[in-house]
Amino acid sequence: MAAPLSDRVRRIVADVLDVSVASISPDSSPETVDTWDSVHHLNLVLALEQEFGLQFEPEEIDQMKDMQRILAILGSKVPQG
Amino acid sequence: MNRSEARQEIDRLIAAEDAPAAARALVELWAHEASPSAGAFVVAGFEQLRPHLKLLPYRLAILRSFTVEPMVPLLRAAAFCAGIDLAVHVADFNAHVQAMMDPGSTLYGFSPDAVILAVQTRDVAPDLWDDFSALSGDQNQAASTRVKGEFRDWVHAFRKNSAAHLILHNLEQPRQPSRGVLDAQPGDSQRAAIEQINRELRAIASEHRGVYILDYDALVARHGRLSWHDERKWLTVRLPIAARNLHHLVGEWLRCLHPLTGKVARALVVDLDNTLWGGVIGEDGMAGIRLGTEYPGAAFQALQRALLDLHHRGILLAICSKNNADDALEALEKHPGMLLKRSHFAAIRINWSDKSQNLREIADELSIGVDALALLDDNPVERQQVRTTLPAVFVIDLPADPMEFAHVVGDCPVFERLTLSAEDQRRGAMYQAQREREQLEQGITSREDFYRSLQQEAEIAPLAKATLARVAQLTNKTNQFNLTTRRYTEQQISDLVASPGWNCFSLRVQDRFGDNGVVGVAILRQQGTTSEIDTFLLSCRVIGRTVETAFLAFLADHARGKGAGRLQGWFLPTRKNAPARDFYSSHGFTAAHQNGDGTLWTLDLGEKPLAVPEWIRLHVLNGDQ
Repeated sequence: MAAPLSDRVRRIVADVLDVSVASISPDSSPETVDTWDSVHHLNLVLALEQEFGLQFEPEEIDQMKDMQRILAILGSKVPQG
Repeated sequence: MNRSEARQEIDRLIAAEDAPAAARALVELWAHEASPSAGAFVVAGFEQLRPHLKLLPYRLAILRSFTVEPMVPLLRAAAFCAGIDLAVHVADFNAHVQAMMDPGSTLYGFSPDAVILAVQTRDVAPDLWDDFSALSGDQNQAASTRVKGEFRDWVHAFRKNSAAHLILHNLEQPRQPSRGVLDAQPGDSQRAAIEQINRELRAIASEHRGVYILDYDALVARHGRLSWHDERKWLTVRLPIAARNLHHLVGEWLRCLHPLTGKVARALVVDLDNTLWGGVIGEDGMAGIRLGTEYPGAAFQALQRALLDLHHRGILLAICSKNNADDALEALEKHPGMLLKRSHFAAIRINWSDKSQNLREIADELSIGVDALALLDDNPVERQQVRTTLPAVFVIDLPADPMEFAHVVGDCPVFERLTLSAEDQRRGAMYQAQREREQLEQGITSREDFYRSLQQEAEIAPLAKATLARVAQLTNKTNQFNLTTRRYTEQQISDLVASPGWNCFSLRVQDRFGDNGVVGVAILRQQGTTSEIDTFLLSCRVIGRTVETAFLAFLADHARGKGAGRLQGWFLPTRKNAPARDFYSSHGFTAAHQNGDGTLWTLDLGEKPLAVPEWIRLHVLNGDQ
């Protein structure tokens, strides 16, 4: 079985930003993670798109500014259960 | 092991400082999961392991008209897994013109080994891309002429400022021509206008050394023009390629980098049962194995055709199979479905011995290192055994479905070549002649008699246009009989011989079994009355046949003729060049100086001249220098 959505996202965020999974919290954002710059944000978006086989709208990408909102937007696009 | 566990295990191996195991695990992770997130993890892992691994440093600059940043970690991860530590410089958006034209640009400051120019049709030819329908025939022609002239100027300026390799993306075609089906009819055509520019790019590449084309249009077409792009990302972040396709472009870059960095396989060792044919010859017999023009045997013929392509590219083929030799050889020689013949194989091991041992023997027989071998075997257990015992061998993972075999071989970057010399194309035949020479040698007792029986003719010529590519290739791939192991690009050699005091000579050897082609290179630099051998190398094909003595005797004569009183040369030891260690001492040179890198040997040219062995006929040509 696939891991829960939040676990998959945390692993991808940790990979792309080169930080430990344990350090990622719902509040993690470009303000709290040093490596989370604009290039890494794009890499993160692309990594999520490939992992979940979807494409984000430009408006969604603009809103994906912390873990909580990333999970909310993904949750609305990925069928769960 | 799931993906999180795989990462934890790798972190543990890195913390335990088990670099080889950690590197193997990273390569395996990347093989299973070539995603943007895995790419970042693999790069971070290798960066920690870097001091403990033998990686080839290589500097790549990317000039671009679109966002390539997300592809850089993917490229670096793939390169790390291939043993290349890639430093990547990405130029500013649309700064390629300034970067190439200005000798003081950050591009040249970066001192790249290779440069990729990745510009899109819509950026360099916006009129042809967006407004084609509105153009008159003359305007259309003027646009093509302008773009062709720009590329020509850029490449010309680049060559003046840098000896690095240059890879040019060609221009992609639009998804749909702006005039619809009319575009294919006689008259003005958007497609033809873009094709015309791409033809010109090939012409430009043929006029400059070390300039190559990446067929970006074919890459896009191969993966589907309709699904290649992500138009929203183009409009918002200037990334025209969909996330799922990024690794395809990275893969294509890597296919160019393998031949440029020398990370290539020179021989492919193949298994027989369920690889070259379907079924087991020892059990199914000649009539039972699947091999022919119809399904399912056609899959194996397709693979054999792919192997023939490699053979014609100069990649040696060899067989390593656990089988009864008589059964297997009968199928090889007599089965009507076989496209490959026994003569296509440069070495054959059909026995029940250990695969790794056989691979070592094959490498020895072909005079190449095991790191120049690739293995094609359907059996995952054999593959794993070779991966563990001979990690330098490039092991190809075959899928379960034989219909995929030919594509998998075609996708292997280690078989890619960017240039092909006449020697490459005839290499297989030359190895066959070598086997005959060895059989002759075994029948003759005295060395001198053997040399005489070879009827060798050595032809020495100054560097010429026709031999430049081969000469550069030899400096880059000769490891064993190579006194200084200095690697040069074609451009660097051209520059050297244009400098005062420098000379470069090639050696070609023929014998009763055929033409070995250009097999030796010497580069000589004269300063005052001292002539120094900068480079002296011999292809392993002709080691031990005394042609090196003839070549050295010629160099001594040449130096003396130019007024030199002394001939000197360094021997710089490497892990592989032991065969050349005693070269200078056995030809009367004396050791004059030694440092941490090697020994400088000298010969007083006033003493009696070095003799060309009496069994070699020497011809000295005047070149076009």
